Amino acid sequence: MTGISIRDVSKTFQVREESFTALDGVRLDVRRGEFLTLVGPSGCGKSTLLDLVAGLAAPTGGEILIDGVPVAGPGLDRGVVFQQYALFPWRTAQANVEFGLEAKSVPKKERARRAREHLELVGLAGFEDRYPHELSGGMRQRVAIARSLAFDPDVLLMDEPFAALDAQTRESLQEELVRVWERTGKTVIFITHGIDEAVYLGQRVAVMTSRPGRIKEVVEVRFGSRAGDLRADPAFGEYRHLVWSLLRDEVAAAQAQERKAASVHG
Amino acid sequence: MADPSPRTAVGLPGDTHWYDLPDDETDPTVTAEVPATPSTTRTASPRAGRRKAGTWFRRGAANSAAILLLLAAWEALPRLGVVDRVFVPPLSDDLAAWFGLVLDGSLPEHLEASLARSLSGFGLAIVLAIPLGLLIGWYRPVADFLTPVLELFRNTSAVALLPVFTLILGIGETTKVTFVLYACSWPILLNTISGVKSVEPLLIKSARSMGLGPVRLFQKVILPAAVPTIFTGVRLAGAHSILVLLFAEMVGAKAGLGYLILDTQSSFRIPDMYAGIITISVLGLLFNLLLVGVERRFSTWRTP
Repeated sequence: MTGISIRDVSKTFQVREESFTALDGVRLDVRRGEFLTLVGPSGCGKSTLLDLVAGLAAPTGGEILIDGVPVAGPGLDRGVVFQQYALFPWRTAQANVEFGLEAKSVPKKERARRAREHLELVGLAGFEDRYPHELSGGMRQRVAIARSLAFDPDVLLMDEPFAALDAQTRESLQEELVRVWERTGKTVIFITHGIDEAVYLGQRVAVMTSRPGRIKEVVEVRFGSRAGDLRADPAFGEYRHLVWSLLRDEVAAAQAQERKAASVHG
Repeated sequence: MADPSPRTAVGLPGDTHWYDLPDDETDPTVTAEVPATPSTTRTASPRAGRRKAGTWFRRGAANSAAILLLLAAWEALPRLGVVDRVFVPPLSDDLAAWFGLVLDGSLPEHLEASLARSLSGFGLAIVLAIPLGLLIGWYRPVADFLTPVLELFRNTSAVALLPVFTLILGIGETTKVTFVLYACSWPILLNTISGVKSVEPLLIKSARSMGLGPVRLFQKVILPAAVPTIFTGVRLAGAHSILVLLFAEMVGAKAGLGYLILDTQSSFRIPDMYAGIITISVLGLLFNLLLVGVERRFSTWRTP
């Protein structure tokens, strides 16, 4: 049974008079309960693809199916986590987590209970009454993750969620995310520009081409065991190198595009 | 990527009138202080408390030094004959006149008449300008339709329109309240529009991703996000409601602080005139302090 099926999806934007092809013929199947990471050179349309899966924009061509049903708009069967947290600054951590539950019309008592439960799940018990500006970046992202998990979506869409965090916070959040994923069994699409992060988190790593974005290759990542320091495993280095070599040409192509664009418009 | 913190909307350019207080329009975020985090309050020792009281006292002294100097000069210069004490009577004379007006019951009467005008104009401005601002900020077609008219009128001094109000509405209470209403509407309207327009797009995107429709998006995201900016407008309008009294009461008034000042000036009761000026400025100050307090309560989450 397929979780998410992306079929020949393309997306074109109209920028002034020119049309701009962000995605062109993207094909990708994500299994139910799978953790898939998506890497690609900057500007390749990773975030655009995520917006399409989230239903925040409609594809120009092709279709996206979730459990066989075409995506027709945003919905609470999918939760999105953004790089810049997107927490509501006038709401406490608790009230932020309750937001999605309010949208789902969950009764008040039940909302409070589930919000507390999910804050605890991400290690923020005792911080319920803090406002976002009273929390560190890592804690804010934990609240955002708790918010997306609380309304119990089948799919978690994460757009470079740890990119703005320092290295230590990032690693501990990566570990916790794997733990939460193992406990909840969500289907996850995780965008990153970090090759290490992609290999560490993903069961499969999908590598995208430079613009217009397509899926270049999907790398299956398998470790004998996840115990201990996974990053020190020789297999980790091999996967890392494989993804890196797949990306290298695309990054070079993307940079050439940027230079060309700069010389045309500059 | 955009900064995630809520943008602090300073009013639109051209949002200032000559009668604006110079101190508060420049930076509305100054008043929104970060609430003390639990950790800092927990570690406060009695000694730190005493030191805090010390700094508080020193700062209080520093803040009031200029005022005290001004009052001292007001008292001394006329007595020393540096300024003509007929036109600028010493402060003590003015205060004596003030007590006289309080005791004979005329000052309370003027105060009541003025407050009624200010508060009803101010209240009506809140009731009318906030919904209109929300409408203009949220619906593009309404904004496109009304913006040219708004641009025209907000660049026209309210005082210039006073004769028009008088011609149309007569010399009664209606004109006075309408004039205050008009002057108060601008800061509220412009701040409400900018508050709605400057909501962080990522927050809207995030709420939409959770399946919120336009109505709930407005109610749960746009409105709460705009509240601090709207309140800045309300506070400025509060100041305007007192500041424009003098003009509102220029025509056809029988009572009011503005009337008192104009009337005593023309009948050469100079100490009484100063008593009126002192009352109106203290009233403005107190009203502003009250609104700053309310504003702070509504925007504790806003970080500088």
